[in-house]
Amino acid sequence: MILTLLMGTIFLTQIMLVVAMAFATFRVLRGPRAQDRVLGLDTLYVTATMLLLTFGIRNGSILYFEAALIIALLGFVSTAALAKFLMRGEVIE
Amino acid sequence: MNNHLADLPAWAAIPAALLLLAGAVLTLIGTVGLLRFGSFYQRVHAPTLGSTLGIGCILLASMLVFSVLESRAILHEVLITALMVVTTPITLMLLARAALYRDRSEGSDEVPPPPSGQDARASGTAPQPQPGLGGGQDV
Repeated sequence: MILTLLMGTIFLTQIMLVVAMAFATFRVLRGPRAQDRVLGLDTLYVTATMLLLTFGIRNGSILYFEAALIIALLGFVSTAALAKFLMRGEVIE
Repeated sequence: MNNHLADLPAWAAIPAALLLLAGAVLTLIGTVGLLRFGSFYQRVHAPTLGSTLGIGCILLASMLVFSVLESRAILHEVLITALMVVTTPITLMLLARAALYRDRSEGSDEVPPPPSGQDARASGTAPQPQPGLGGGQDV
């Protein structure tokens, strides 16, 4: 009973996170300006981190956590570099 | 499969389920705001709901499940929490300042003009450097 409830909750959580990723992808594709697209990309990787964590809970594996950590780290670097590019026109000056 | 979650007692499974649900609902609300708000400066607020409280709830649920399953404290998730807490304000502030710079350099009416003395470069009135200062050291 408890197992069914937990598995159902994890499934519902994953559905909601995928819908959230779809909204963020819509903002990436249809953003009126470049900064909206970068904001959508930032939201997309945060949501992907959460989705990987729920996969880790579902499968009982620590390995998903490592992938989530790498996505969080690279997402920070990429968003900072894109913001720098929007500001200056180049990343490394 | 799924045998590992059958070992989870109810006193840990129910809070974990509630935390997962809360995190997902907060993230969904944040992205709905990202989808529906009108301008960029309104939109930049919305997804922070997911990237602070939402991911915090899901990391707490993950810590709870793995700590109870392995009967010891699993604290790997504190790494992601610390990373998110440090990096989210930095990235969004960089992005908002870049957007402000772009809007000001285009002369948009939506943003306030730069305060006097700051961001003079954006308004095209940058003071010229004094040619005499330090000129004697040039070779």
